[in-house]
Order: sequence, then structure tokens, then C-alpha cells
Amino acid sequence: MSRGTLYDKVWDHHKVTTLPTGQDQLFVGLHLIHEVTSPQAFGMLRERDLEVAYPELTHATVDHIIPTADQSRPYEEEAAEEMMSELERNVREAGIEFSDPNSGDQGIVHVVGPEQGLTQPGKTIVCGDSHTSTHGAFGALAFGIGTSQIRDVLATGTLAFEKQKVRKIQVDGELGDGVEAKDVILEIISRLGTEGGVGYVYEYAGEAIESLGMEGRMSICNMSIEGGARAGYVNPDETTYEWLEETDYFQENPEKFEELKPYWESIRSDEDAEYDDIVRIDADELEPVVTWGTTPGQGIGISDPIPAPEDLAEDKQDTARRAQEHMRVEPGETMEGYDIDVAFLGSCTNARLPDLRRAAEIVEGREVHEDVRALVVPGSQRVQETAEKEGLKDVFEDAGFEWRNAGCSMCLGMNEDQLEGDEACASSSNRNFVGRQGSKDGRTVLMNPRMVAAAAITGEVSDVRDLKEVTTV
Amino acid sequence: MTSETDEVEIPEVDSASGSGIPIRGNDIDTDQIIPARFMKVVTFDGLGEFAFFDLRFDENDDQKDHPFNEDRFQDSSVMVVNSNFGCGSSREHAPQALMRWGIDAIIGESFAEIFAGNCLALGIPTVTADSETIQELQEWVDEHPDEELEIDIEAETVTYGDETIDVTVDDAQRKALVEGVWDTTALMKSNTSAVRQTAEDLPYVEDAAIPEAE
Repeated sequence: MSRGTLYDKVWDHHKVTTLPTGQDQLFVGLHLIHEVTSPQAFGMLRERDLEVAYPELTHATVDHIIPTADQSRPYEEEAAEEMMSELERNVREAGIEFSDPNSGDQGIVHVVGPEQGLTQPGKTIVCGDSHTSTHGAFGALAFGIGTSQIRDVLATGTLAFEKQKVRKIQVDGELGDGVEAKDVILEIISRLGTEGGVGYVYEYAGEAIESLGMEGRMSICNMSIEGGARAGYVNPDETTYEWLEETDYFQENPEKFEELKPYWESIRSDEDAEYDDIVRIDADELEPVVTWGTTPGQGIGISDPIPAPEDLAEDKQDTARRAQEHMRVEPGETMEGYDIDVAFLGSCTNARLPDLRRAAEIVEGREVHEDVRALVVPGSQRVQETAEKEGLKDVFEDAGFEWRNAGCSMCLGMNEDQLEGDEACASSSNRNFVGRQGSKDGRTVLMNPRMVAAAAITGEVSDVRDLKEVTTV
Repeated sequence: MTSETDEVEIPEVDSASGSGIPIRGNDIDTDQIIPARFMKVVTFDGLGEFAFFDLRFDENDDQKDHPFNEDRFQDSSVMVVNSNFGCGSSREHAPQALMRWGIDAIIGESFAEIFAGNCLALGIPTVTADSETIQELQEWVDEHPDEELEIDIEAETVTYGDETIDVTVDDAQRKALVEGVWDTTALMKSNTSAVRQTAEDLPYVEDAAIPEAE
């Protein structure tokens, strides 16, 4: 059992009691909700005549179904309009704050929480969305839950949960040119497997993690779930505090910053903390990683050969064969040169300002390949606004990208932004599952945002380092 | 507070039985169990018909080979799966769709955590056994689509044909199912004052966010 880790400490601070099942009842410090997974939970509350217990610790936004082109109401798609109306009704009746599109604060829930300062170190944060692990970048204990659990949190402010083990992932060394946080997490998942993290929470540590900005840390924690770990976190440090100080909450409540800092410091993992497992990764060895298959664990360095299924562990062979058939790739080849039809720059993994800035550096002065449909979907209205002020929109549009409004968009194809037929997509998102981007024959290649930009320009999976001298992030 | 409304009857689930249905393959993700386009709904009603939709139907909505399409499995309620079943998103729509199709219990090599938690919240056991045992079970189910298998949650066994095999049920899951506390809302609501105390002790929770004692 782990001892003295951030996870242990935050758990203890939030534990209400041990339930008869042996699970702990944990207090939830921040409950984020969106339109897809919450309406049924509100329905359950109504059936049971229960009210929202902690509305002030609950925050809503709309992201999954919102159109990113024409957002005028009612939405063109009836189902989307119905979901939005239901959310509006629920937050109004319960008195829950809502970052709606009229507020200028709307966006993907995992972009909105951090940028408003709702996400803070040492909080327990839940949302009906598996990428809630993102918020762990701030040293919060954050994880995704299902709709019945949303009902529990709404009704009681708490959740029944079993304590997990802690695996420290120590990433030493320095990331090379063109290599990003996204590559680190894709590498981790390919090494440990998509179920390697089941039963664990991941603590990301080491020089390469500490030198990342908050956005990079968020990209890493975001995809913890793709490795099977329900939560991942980074210990808070000066980088975290500097980021927090600029957020709405601490701008409006500056005294809170000094007041809470000792708590944040106190929940950092101790020097002599004990872990259930430790894995080491050398950042110097990494290159840009791309996926060749249909799980996020099927990733390789851009210059590495696609593995032969028979060379993989026995339980991975069948999945690999089906994946290679779907993707139409051959063992022994690299992914470089794989033709793409769509380039998608967006999602809760990689649609924050630095992601767009880095991609824009690659795009500037170049043109999107004539066979490629390329779109940028900023993670939030604020990201969008700042990016537009900085001229990024012009850079992308001049190159031939579509510049859209904020939302989840083509990461999961719940709005109009979907792959068609067997289109192949270079995507900065988090999942390459069959059908994920809206077409069951669609093919997704996951990669970092600059690699998406490079693919958009060349029309094929390309090593961004060959395209332009780029700097380390 | 009117407490009778909290008193939702939660059945004890100490066993599950029915004929089986094999769903083969590792890493079957939630997008395959229920594609996102079917989640544009505000209730879970009617999701059953969309379970495994893209694996069951082609672009012309013609049936493909899939156990969920086979006549012999239409009354099945115990699904037998391989490893990392239900990986991916947290959508409860996935177990809801399976449940509404008719699945009451799942036996597999391993399950993604959020998926297993969502199943538990619906009273659906997710029990595990090693790879070899699961393959044998899948073959048996294939050959005996009308015969019942029985999961004894408390004893952690599955009985089929003349065989009784050991399976694993997570401790908390077993207790929750057997004692009928898998729906935790009322149970946790009964600790309201302790919850308030925990909130008051947390430095970041503002007093105004904590509801008045009832």
C-alpha cells in the first residue's frame, strides 16, 4: 500500500467514512457536469424527490454536442437542442453556475475548469467524463464517473469509492526537439498497455514532467485513462501556482491564494513516500509518437516499424491483427507517409493556447495539402478569443484550415464534425477506437498538435522535425 | 426532509443465472458497445437496440455476424467476454444499453474500472476468471446456447453443465451486491452531518457553499 503520496493525503482529507461495502465515502470538492451524461442523473433525482446538495461546488458547461460552425439557437440538430435545453433547465432549477456559450466562458469541460481556477491542488474533482483525469495536472484527485454516480454526487456531495494503488511514473531527462507531452503519454501507454493502469492512480514525476507547463501536464494526465488508470496527477509546484494566480478565482479572491498555499504544499507527495510500483522512462530517447492501430496503446515512434502481431504478447495479437486490417497498415513499415484526408486540431487533450501556438508555427507561411480537410477547434471560447487576438486564426485560415467555435467536435463525432466513409484523420485527440470520430470505417492516427499541422500540410503522416526547426516545449 | 422518497428498494443480488452469450475479443471499448451518436438522448430508454450497433449492422443496416444478432442468443442474459472489456469513456450508456438488451451479469478476463463501477451501480455483477477458463466458458456457451449457467456471487463460483468453477468477485462489489447496498444514494445521504463536517474541515470549501443543517 502506498503511503505519504499526494493521493493518500487528498484521500484522507476527503474521506467521510467507510461504508458497509468496505468502500470509502469521499467528499467531492468540485463536480463538473455537461449535457451528455448528466440529464439522466437529474431525472433520477426527480424520481426520488432529491435535491442537489452542493450546487455551489457544481459547475456546468456544454461541449459534446454543441455545433462548432453555426451555434445559433435552436441548434439545427433537434437532439442537440433538446440536450442543451435539458441542461439549461437542470442548472436553472438547481442554481448551478453554467459556462454557457453566451458567457464567453464555454468550452470543453476539462479546459474550462482549469482556466477559471475551479481546478485547484488538493481538491477531489469528478465529472461524468473519463478525461476528468486531466485536472490531476494541478495536483487534484480527479476522475471520471458514470451517471448513477453523478446522481450520488448531486444528491449527497459524495461518492462511494475504493482506494487504489499508486504507480509513480518517473520521466527523467529532457524532451528533444519536436517531442511533446503528448508523445510522453502515448509512449507510456504503449509500454504499459491500455489496461496496465487498471487499479492504479498514476503519479507523473521527474525532470521532464516538472519542466512542462500546465498545458503539457494536462495533456499527460488527460490520457491516464487510455492507459487504464482512472486518475493521474502531478505534484503542485511553482509552475502550478503561477498558473493558478492568473485565474479568475484567485484574481477575484487574492487572499485565498496565500491562504490555500500551505494546504497545496502539504499535500505534495513526501520525499520518502512509498509507492506500489515505480516505472522509469527516459525522455531523451523519445521521438514523436503516432498510433498505427485502433487503441491508444498501439503507438510507435515516427521512425519505428509497425510491429508484427506475432511479435506482440499473445493477448495483444488478435487486437493488433484486426487493427492493422482496419487501418490498412503492414508490419515492418513506418507510419511516415500514411495518407491522410482530415487533420483535426482540437479536444481536451490538445486544444489549449500553447497547443495552437505551436501548431501555428508549423503552419505559418504554408498551405494545407489540396486533398486534406483541416480544422482547428479551440478548447474553449477564451482560448479562441485569445488565439484570434494573437492572429493565430489568420495563420490557420490563410493556410486553409477551418477555424471553428469551441467544443469536443471531431474527437468523438457527437456533433456535425465527423469523418466520412474510410477517411484517415491525423488527430490531436485521445482515442483512435473504431468508429470514434463518427464513421465506423474512419481511421484515426493520434499524434501531437505539431505533427497534426505537419500532416495537414504534407497530406501524409510526417515527421515534423523534418519540416522545420522547432523548439522544445 | 421527507425520507420515504429516499427509500428506493434495492434488491440483494446474491446470484445471477441465465443462458450465456459469448462476446469475443480484448479491448472492446465503450464506443463499440454504444457508438456516441446514439447518446444524443436525455434518458436511457430504448438504448438496448443500439448495443454493439456498428458491429451488428453494416452501412445499409443489414445484419452482420454478431452474437447479439443470433436467434439462439436472444434470451441470453449472461455475457462472457475477454480482457479489458468496456475500456474508454465513462458513459453509463454502455452498461445501460447492455442491460436494456437483456444482460444481467458479465463474466470476463478483466474489465475497465469505470465500466465495472457503472455496472455495479446498476446491480450488474462483473466477475473475472483467467483467460483459459473464459475461453472454455465461451466455447461451452457457444455449444449450449439454451442451457443456464449460474453465478453465485457470495461463493464466487460459476456453475455450468456439470462443472463448477471458481471466479473472482471484487470484495466491495461482492458486499454491495449481496447486501443490497449497490445503489449508494440513500446510504450516503444518511451521513449528511458527517459529510458537512468533512466539508467544513477542507480549507478550500467556502462556508457559503455548505448547506445549512437540516
